[in-house]
Amino acid sequence: MNKTYSYYMHHARKIPKYVLIIVLCMIFLMPFVVMISTSFKTMNDAFSMPVSILPREFTLNNYPAAINKIPYMRYMANTIFITALTLLGQIIVTPMVAYSLAKIHWKGVGIISVLLLATMMIPYAVTMIPLYKIWHAIGLTNTYAPLIVPAFFGNSFYIIIMRQFFKGLPNSLMEAAKIDGTNEFQRYIMIALPLCKPALTTVGIYTFLSAWSDYLGPLIYITKKDKLTLSLGLQQFLNQYTVDWTMLMAAAAIFVMPVAILFLIFQKNFVEGIATTGIKS
Amino acid sequence: MNKKRLRESTKDNINGFLFALPWIVGFLVFSLYPLITSLYYSFTSFSPVVTPKWVGLENYTYIFNDPLFYKSLSNTLFFAFIATPINLIIALGLAVLINQKFFGRGIARTIFFMPSVIPMVASTMIWIWMFDPTYGFINNGLKFLGIEGPAWLINPGTTKWALVMMGAWCTGTTMLICLAALQDVPHSYYESADIDGANAMVKFFRITLPCIAHVVVYQAILNLINAFQYFTQVYVITTASDGVTSGASGGPENSILMYPLYLFHNAFIYMKMGRASAMAWVLFAIVGVLTIIMMKITKKTVAGGAGGE
Repeated sequence: MNKTYSYYMHHARKIPKYVLIIVLCMIFLMPFVVMISTSFKTMNDAFSMPVSILPREFTLNNYPAAINKIPYMRYMANTIFITALTLLGQIIVTPMVAYSLAKIHWKGVGIISVLLLATMMIPYAVTMIPLYKIWHAIGLTNTYAPLIVPAFFGNSFYIIIMRQFFKGLPNSLMEAAKIDGTNEFQRYIMIALPLCKPALTTVGIYTFLSAWSDYLGPLIYITKKDKLTLSLGLQQFLNQYTVDWTMLMAAAAIFVMPVAILFLIFQKNFVEGIATTGIKS
Repeated sequence: MNKKRLRESTKDNINGFLFALPWIVGFLVFSLYPLITSLYYSFTSFSPVVTPKWVGLENYTYIFNDPLFYKSLSNTLFFAFIATPINLIIALGLAVLINQKFFGRGIARTIFFMPSVIPMVASTMIWIWMFDPTYGFINNGLKFLGIEGPAWLINPGTTKWALVMMGAWCTGTTMLICLAALQDVPHSYYESADIDGANAMVKFFRITLPCIAHVVVYQAILNLINAFQYFTQVYVITTASDGVTSGASGGPENSILMYPLYLFHNAFIYMKMGRASAMAWVLFAIVGVLTIIMMKITKKTVAGGAGGE
């Protein structure tokens, strides 16, 4: 009798916690639900009272309409182009720099490690104007160079993630290869690089995300209409007296989709990357 | 032997330098040079087509007499010191919740974290739609609860609170870091507290919080610095409500004219790039001072936490 009572109490005590968790999950999910559901509504449905969460008349028309309303495919191609080259740059440069900081004993390690953190503290507003002036002076505004080229010179945040990973690799591997008469570059290519795949994946995902979602960069440098990226292109739906929200939500859903899928696949990398940089630096 | 070691270290120096060379060049070109020229530009008058002309302190006297400068600064300060603590508390609360064992924990973590990886432009647009006074989800949800919701993005008194809500939704990154810190707290601490008969509240404030204080304070610094750089959301909202991309709007009664937004207007719409550079350096100074203060606090809390154990 006593045992069953305590058994029930034990489970009953958990109910408020589960209710809280479910309510919170519903709140956090709601914007996604609104986006998807609105994208399947007709204009009449979205703008009639009472507002319903699910579409009353289900339509697929918003998706082709959104793609035709703005040069969606063009913008997507532009965005993919920028993202791919940014990714290439970061993937080549980040592990190289990180390797030199974690596995080579040379004079610059200390100072570079300090500067890595220092550059992360500089607000973009400070460097934004001089950089714009440089790109403008050499006539490369309205090209993707200002968005892509910096990636080939590394990013402090990614280098820190990578360096942390390289530090975890046993030195004995490098020592053994050194005795075999390999040079530093061979050791890097043949030993360090193949081992750093998990960290490289993390860096790759972050790079993809930030390039895909970048807003301020294209906003400053790209003004020609056919050169816009998706993040700027979406804005065109808003610059109207009556915004067609059903179409805009469809456009947003296509834009968000690759990110959401990537996130669900590589969630582990995200979590690890954030945890290492957040706590250890 | 000695000679060999010397040769070895020279080789290391050369190799290390060569491997780090891209970053060194990048640092000089994309960080150091802009940093220095930006300071110089703040004492000049120029636009992209006009070469900088030295004007001394004119930009600084202008901005310190500009009511909109103070408006934007106070908007940003409000955001930094109201939204940041709120977000931090929410993130910490979610982390404590997720740190417990329950069915569907992984799914809940995914749901809480997902919003912070979604492109900012897209999520801002979803929120603008949800804040629609008549057809938006928020006010219809409130109506369901018997509350008459305000015109969130139109009424100057509520615009900032709308931003706070959006920010709270995107707090997943901070949550994950807090969660990682929570998982590092040694289990034995809780066990000995159990023996002493401590309740959950006591355990949280006497064990958990001191143990993760350094991470929380570090997150507070980062979030504060980010709050001073808050741009994309307000840019999207202000250009949307205007219906024109070329205009410089700060929202209803400039209530969401955040500092970086006003800086952007000055630089790229009014083409007063010298003045914008001066604003950037004022921002840099504020962020720098805040960072130093927070770092001092971190050292104290960490030292205090260790002493208390």
